[in-house]
Amino acid sequence: MRQTWVTPGGVHPPENKIQSLTQPIGSLPIPEKLVVPLGQHIGAPAIACVKHGDTVLKGQKIADPAGTVSAAIHAPTSGTVTAIESRPIAHSSGMEALCIEITSDGKDQWIEKSGISDFEHTSASALLSIITEAGIAGMGGAGFPTSVKLNPGFQRPIDTLIINATECEPYITADDSLIRERAEEIVEGIGILSHILGNPHNILIGIEDNKPEAIAALEPHTQDTGINVVSFPTKYPSGGEKQLIYILTGKELPSGSIPADIGMVCVNIGTTHAIKRAVVDGEPLISRVTTMTGEACEINRNYDVLIGTPVAHMLEHNKFDAQRCSRVIMGGPMMGFSLTSQQIPIVKTTNCILAPSVEEIPHNEPAQPCIRCGMCAEACPASLLPQQLLWYSQAKDHDRLESHNLFDCIECGACSYVCPSNIPLVQHYRSSKSDIKKAQEEKIKSDQARERFEFRQQRIELAEKEREAKRAARREAAKQAKAATGTDSMADIVAAAQARTAAKKASPEQELAKLERAVSSAEMRVQKAQDKLDTATADAETEDKINILSAALSGAQQKLEKARTRLAEHSK
Amino acid sequence: MAFKQVSSPHAHGAQNTAKVMQLVVWATIPGLIALTWHFGWGSLINVILACITAVASEALILKMRNRPLGFYLGDYSAVVTAVLLGLALPPLCPWWIVVVGTLFSVVLAKQLFGGLGYNPFNPAMVGYVVLLISFPVEMTTWVAPLALLPEGVAHPGFLESLKLVFFSGTPMDGVTGATPLDSFKHAAGLTVAQIYQGDSLFSQALFAGVGWEWVNLGFLAGGIVLLASRVFTWHGPVAMLLALALMSLIFWDSGSSQSPGSPLMHLFSGASMMGAFFILTDPVSSAVSNRGRLIYGALIGILTYIIRAWGNYPDAVAFAVLLANFTAPFIDNYTLPRTYGHTDRRKATERIDD
Repeated sequence: MRQTWVTPGGVHPPENKIQSLTQPIGSLPIPEKLVVPLGQHIGAPAIACVKHGDTVLKGQKIADPAGTVSAAIHAPTSGTVTAIESRPIAHSSGMEALCIEITSDGKDQWIEKSGISDFEHTSASALLSIITEAGIAGMGGAGFPTSVKLNPGFQRPIDTLIINATECEPYITADDSLIRERAEEIVEGIGILSHILGNPHNILIGIEDNKPEAIAALEPHTQDTGINVVSFPTKYPSGGEKQLIYILTGKELPSGSIPADIGMVCVNIGTTHAIKRAVVDGEPLISRVTTMTGEACEINRNYDVLIGTPVAHMLEHNKFDAQRCSRVIMGGPMMGFSLTSQQIPIVKTTNCILAPSVEEIPHNEPAQPCIRCGMCAEACPASLLPQQLLWYSQAKDHDRLESHNLFDCIECGACSYVCPSNIPLVQHYRSSKSDIKKAQEEKIKSDQARERFEFRQQRIELAEKEREAKRAARREAAKQAKAATGTDSMADIVAAAQARTAAKKASPEQELAKLERAVSSAEMRVQKAQDKLDTATADAETEDKINILSAALSGAQQKLEKARTRLAEHSK
Repeated sequence: MAFKQVSSPHAHGAQNTAKVMQLVVWATIPGLIALTWHFGWGSLINVILACITAVASEALILKMRNRPLGFYLGDYSAVVTAVLLGLALPPLCPWWIVVVGTLFSVVLAKQLFGGLGYNPFNPAMVGYVVLLISFPVEMTTWVAPLALLPEGVAHPGFLESLKLVFFSGTPMDGVTGATPLDSFKHAAGLTVAQIYQGDSLFSQALFAGVGWEWVNLGFLAGGIVLLASRVFTWHGPVAMLLALALMSLIFWDSGSSQSPGSPLMHLFSGASMMGAFFILTDPVSSAVSNRGRLIYGALIGILTYIIRAWGNYPDAVAFAVLLANFTAPFIDNYTLPRTYGHTDRRKATERIDD
């Protein structure tokens, strides 16, 4: 029996796992329309590589990864692309994002699959590119692109591979049933991982002791493979990556670092199954095991669901009773998020759809004041002081929040679970975290703006100085030049000025011609104004118009007068 | 169909504030029984009177503050304050003592600061100290324990007690007496052995002081129930009792005429156990972290002993708790737990430069 370590805090909510474990993993009829979001993973959303109206085969790539931290998307069944547009997606905010809608042709026809039977003789980089192409992202919840995680680089050698089979959230049994039924494939997947990572020294499968059947199912396949199945007492949240690392190794993941920094890689057990399917069978990630449970559904069981299946399709198939249901949750009752629409599709990270009755999960009670009883601090797996965080969160005291390590909160919800005052603590922390992140981004922006401004000021000053220097140089040169000629008397200056004025004056003939031209053009204008007035009077135009025209005529006549006067003066 | 959107976690444990408060009230029952058995009906009358005053005044203030009555009265916090104050007051003290003390506790120390969760000082102790300073005669007149009453004299019955509380200034001379802490305060020049021999309060006691030892055992029992139900952690109470025991051991002086009394006497006299398990465990006004509560508890133990031994008042838990309340936010700044993934404990006052 391998040693395990005990994390601080934690809670023991009712497990409610039996309901969905009475039947084996089932399958659902293919829905008429599948909605596949382009961003199902952490990182940049994939870029669609099909157009509206294209026909696709099952497993055909329909979106390319955008950059390194991204994942490809594949058609979950054969059919036609009938829309590429924004739809509501699985997100706690209920937001919309770009999705590809595929209308099934009912044939479920696969592309040509090409698997590798002897991965031991394939290079790690080739296997990584298969995993990238298969669109595999962590299936435990976060959805981090697996190929990135498996490629920590030479400077970070991996000596421990941890397979997370904890599944500590109540109700969820997707991993449990997957292990029970497909342990062999899982172990094969772990073998591939181990090969990619250069055969790490320790390979540990961490699993809670509430899954004896799953542990027994793994046993025959892990014998003599060097893989250790480590079970430990059930406690929420043992399945958090940081918690599991401590439980299995006694080491803490330093704040702000990733497991690879301490020579570890942590992969969800469902992901290892997907890796086996991708590498050995040539099947990209287009389906996953998802638990359908909760009292508001008559049937509770696990399904192998196609990615993109609308939740409504699952609910309907399991005889969902909307009247009894308090909320529909994607994920578990501790960290899952409530859905705003039944049309939201299942994605690569969806391990559970929970439709509890009102009796099971009642509507939230109004929050009472915090009495700082400290039950939250006793429950916190990260040894934070949730009651103080709440206090500072309400006061928006960002410095205090950071000194109380707000960013080490994993949002497991244990504090809110035990809070006797029903305070939605985690919600406060999420809000404060995003406030702080926003403030930091704004600070960076304003710093940049300030730098730009200061640089500009500097540049202007510099240019001004240069100009000033040039002017000074010119003045100096002029002085020297004058000093050299030495004829700088007052009489000379006056004479030169008179000469300039005389040169500017035009000759009398030119002046006379100019004045004559002015007189004749003024005469023409008077004539034109007179004509206009005459026609207007003949056409019996309105009084206003006639007034305007006669005013224009008298104006032209005055100008003519002036021009004539000036000509007469000149002729004198 | 659109669903209701709620933030995680969706599941919630069975605990709620009203249940916690009710449990605290129930846990005072062994202490109340011991008080009633040894000192007559006075304490029960205090508790009932304080509860009525507390609920009525809290309701009035809530109404003035435009707060929903049922929601806030339903948390039982006013009742807990009233019960604790009622237990701390001398049995058979005049009714207006109870009413004035409760009003100070609930209105001044709690509601004026913003109600439950916002009071920097323990409300019951604020009320108690206001009374102790303002009405020292009424507040230091204790009924003699049952076992020490003269032959043929008993504590007044329930109706008689009510009459005393509402219509008479002080209880009958025949039934009043000193407390163990009073005895030590006023026994200058006697060694501990002489005090123990000469004072029937000790000579007839099992181990600490007639009646008082049982009252303290009662509160200890109630406290252990609360500890077992995880209403609070052991840190505060244990630190206080250890500090008190340690101080009385250090200054025990082999029972000379200078000795302020034995550790056993200090642990089981006055408000020691009630203070340790019911007063300093008030989470609102105490330090928050476990390490902080160790320091906070120890501070109360030390202060209690200092005031008992060298101060003007025979008992000192109330003063010690209020003084420690002042220090709680300061203690909190320097007692943050070490968070997962950090090598050092941080200070709350740390400035973040980014």
